Amino acid sequence: MTAIEVRGLRKTYGSRTAVSGIDLSIPHGEVFALLGPNGAGKTTTVEILEGHRRRDAGDVRVLGQDPGAGGRGWRARIGIVLQSATDAADLTVAETVRHIAGLYPRPRPAAEVLELVGLSGRAKTKVRALSGGQRRRLDVALGIVGRPEVVFLDEPTTGFDPQARRQFWQLVRALAADGTTILLTTHYLEEAEALADRLAVIAAGTLVAEGTPTTLGGRAGAGSTVSWVGPNGRETEHTDDPAGTIARLSAAGIDPATLTVARPSLEDTYLTLIGEHR
Amino acid sequence: MTATENPERTALMTTADTATPLPSTVRMGLGRGRVEILQFFRDRTAVIFSFLFPALLLLLFDTIFADDYDHPGLSAARVFSASMIAYGIVATSFTTMGIGIATDRDDGTLKRLRGTPVTATAYFLGKLILIAVLTAAEVAVLLAVAVIFFDLPVPSDAGRWLTFGWLFVLSVIACGLLGIAASSLVRSARTAGAVLNVPVVALQFVSGVFVHPITQLPGWMITVASIFPVKWMAQGFRSVFLPDSTVPLEAGGAWEHGRIALVLLAWCVIGSVLCLMTFRWTSTRDA
Repeated sequence: MTAIEVRGLRKTYGSRTAVSGIDLSIPHGEVFALLGPNGAGKTTTVEILEGHRRRDAGDVRVLGQDPGAGGRGWRARIGIVLQSATDAADLTVAETVRHIAGLYPRPRPAAEVLELVGLSGRAKTKVRALSGGQRRRLDVALGIVGRPEVVFLDEPTTGFDPQARRQFWQLVRALAADGTTILLTTHYLEEAEALADRLAVIAAGTLVAEGTPTTLGGRAGAGSTVSWVGPNGRETEHTDDPAGTIARLSAAGIDPATLTVARPSLEDTYLTLIGEHR
Repeated sequence: MTATENPERTALMTTADTATPLPSTVRMGLGRGRVEILQFFRDRTAVIFSFLFPALLLLLFDTIFADDYDHPGLSAARVFSASMIAYGIVATSFTTMGIGIATDRDDGTLKRLRGTPVTATAYFLGKLILIAVLTAAEVAVLLAVAVIFFDLPVPSDAGRWLTFGWLFVLSVIACGLLGIAASSLVRSARTAGAVLNVPVVALQFVSGVFVHPITQLPGWMITVASIFPVKWMAQGFRSVFLPDSTVPLEAGGAWEHGRIALVLLAWCVIGSVLCLMTFRWTSTRDA
């Protein structure tokens, strides 16, 4: 059974179409990344799956439930990580986590959650005194304290410094290792590549590609670019058989220190994909 | 699928599956009440403005209108002390509730709670606990000011305190529920204070909170004021703190306790209906 199942999802705001016919199928335990430029429909899609927003058309099931009619029992099984909340400023970190834990039937212990997000040392700090990155980690703590089966992470690392982002990735991997299904939206391609089992690119409200980080957009069959310094200076060649090219070049006496083999990066693939749909 | 058509039933089934029942609304409401109170008292600006403003008004009024009425044993200070308790309850219950919900909508509190198994009733219960505690503290401060500075005689018979008790409870619930309903008219927390104070201040004057005897007001104004709770609250608190010899100064020539209770109960019902009809977890409206 799939954790998240979406068929023909549509949503318009007035005359503007935000999502025009999306299909998704995410099995239990998978980390799935939704990539796309601003305004592509990522947040709208996620908010519909969270039950925060109504859809205009399509069939949506999260843990077998229609989020638009999801009751308390269903909400106890999902976890939502907010991206811009400034609530609970006058409470301490531990008070906030304990309070939200009290709304769930089988919460994780507050100390365990704080350890998981790396905020153990700040348990008695007022929420308003946290740095931006710490505040976002608290949001993650509040999203997972209820032991959810599915976690929604909408652009969770926006504004993080590189070190905080790496720590956050460790946290997501730990959750995934626990068997939690994770739907992540992000602008950052290296983030999707580092975390996602599968990913989809969304542009102008439709999915333009879906695959694994290595196969997305025909990346696996896209070939390689081999470059070297020969008698005539730097030369490049596009090939589907880089090993053969290298063997030929080394037989011709080319200095291997000048040799590079490049495959199209996920970023190249992504930019091509969204470029075609602008 | 029947499951999607009946979310309550599905929720029950899911609960049974996980073996541990969901926390009850009362338990979650008490939890909400606790963090609401913690947050309020840690925000010093809110504490100062909520508590000290009505007390400051009482000090000013009682000092300016220090002259005695023609009525034996009746000082202006005594009249204003009684009426100002009604004002304190409206200011604290209605305004604090309205601003609080607008703030919760702005800062993500409501969005966060909407993603958890909490019920709207538990959220409201938490807010009502907060305003009940705040309003009780407010009334205590006002009474202390009135007794210490202006020699307000505190009633000694149990009957008057009983009146005080039910009046207080009904007033806080009616004003609190109306505050929840009014919060849906407020676009953001920044403008909430200004928007909510307009009906509050207007009703104080129309309802004779600052004018005694109320019969000095034009007849139509008393008729309008009689629709709303404030006039009845002020009248009720005068019945607690003023001598019975002042009854002829009231618009109806009597304390009218039964009518006061009925009007406040009616507003509790109207407030509940308005809450259910107008409350929104988020400010974004779906097309």
